[in-house]
Amino acid sequence: MGEWRFAVNGEAVEVEAPGMRRLLDILREDLGLTGTKEGCGEGECGACTVLVDGAPVDSCLVPVCQVEGARIATVEGLATTSSEGPVLDRLQEAFLEMGGAQCGICTPGMLMAARSYLDSGGGPDEVAIREAIAGNLCRCTGYTKIVEAIAVAAGGPG
Amino acid sequence: MPAPVEPPIETPASLPEAYAVLADSSAEDPVTPIAGGTDVMVRITGEIGEPPRRMVDLSRLRELRGIAVDRGAVVLGALTTYTEIRRSSVCREHLPALVEAAATIGAGQIQNRGTIGGNAANASPAGDTLPVLLALDAAFEVGSNRGQRAITADAFWVAYRRTALAPDELILRIRIPIGSGRETRFRKIGTRRAQAISKVVLALSWVDQDGPPGSGRVAPIAPTGNGPIGTWRDVRLALGSVADRPIRTRATEAVLEAASPTPEIADAAAEALAGEIHPIDDVRSTAEYRRVVAARALHRMIRDAGGW
Repeated sequence: MGEWRFAVNGEAVEVEAPGMRRLLDILREDLGLTGTKEGCGEGECGACTVLVDGAPVDSCLVPVCQVEGARIATVEGLATTSSEGPVLDRLQEAFLEMGGAQCGICTPGMLMAARSYLDSGGGPDEVAIREAIAGNLCRCTGYTKIVEAIAVAAGGPG
Repeated sequence: MPAPVEPPIETPASLPEAYAVLADSSAEDPVTPIAGGTDVMVRITGEIGEPPRRMVDLSRLRELRGIAVDRGAVVLGALTTYTEIRRSSVCREHLPALVEAAATIGAGQIQNRGTIGGNAANASPAGDTLPVLLALDAAFEVGSNRGQRAITADAFWVAYRRTALAPDELILRIRIPIGSGRETRFRKIGTRRAQAISKVVLALSWVDQDGPPGSGRVAPIAPTGNGPIGTWRDVRLALGSVADRPIRTRATEAVLEAASPTPEIADAAAEALAGEIHPIDDVRSTAEYRRVVAARALHRMIRDAGGW
């Protein structure tokens, strides 16, 4: 066991866990943040994508001992609150508007990969968007609506 | 899926501390290092082989980071990630084939974590950077409490998923010579562009004796074949996913050595390669497909280099 300190969605957390516990399990089981999904558990599908210091990673492949001191961003941190209630991230709005979510299992990972893409200055170019989500598999949408949603969030035509 | 096991892990903050943890690692009771984790984390569910019994985390070892040019070589710290290789101006200038290989591995999530040292130590026959390291005649600087030594890429992968590393040794750095005039080409064939393990992967490297050093291309030869320009020297051809480990194909290299990239030479080299490799059927491909496609991919590389 060890004690690990890091930040999740801007809040400092401290967990006691074996160093080899997967970040995915820390988020879902220890911290109750079940927005992050487990798909394949071996780095193929991207469903468990979160951002570590801004970079998308598969949280099933990251042991908690390697995120000490890091900033983690999960899907729960995308929406913000205002005096009138929760405010969705423009990516989430675009996914709703363009029909970018169907069964929903890939959606949190897609949103986080796309968030990182936009944060690093990515635009509405389809080829670039497809590369940015190449590590995220979706079995429902055929990707077109997801790509369109990200393009809209990036300022492209709706 | 089985619940993941959580083996005990030490998290040393310096290389000497890591060496101390590894000092009693043995073949019977190994201490398994974890760098980016993209391979070893898949093993902790026990679905692929035995999970590690005890581990050491390398992520805090600053000594294993960084990319530098040193005495005619690019030196990559073992913890250099694929993303760092892709973004490095040094790698883009001197090692474009390695940059290309790094870009074919997994997708962003894997490239942000996976390391070149891990790719080498994991010793998969399908490791995408490994044929490039062979073709570029890389050397591994490895170390333990007992001291440091260098192992050439040629001698590094000794059997299926086995390296020349002793149980207590770590890869520290990978040293890749950057002689002027050396050209290298990379090709990976997989089911799709991202997230694919290769069916065949190859790297071809040569020095163009007559071409302008570092020009990036061999001058095209006339389509008629008269007066070929460019004679290749010090040719190295390495492949992955066609044997139990990444390999050099020396019979095919001999066909290309002191030759020019003509249609005749391309035909002869492709035929030699098809005869030299002995791939297997597995879940990703068949022996026959691998043999035919490896030969065609090499033929295409030679054709592109020859400009015909």
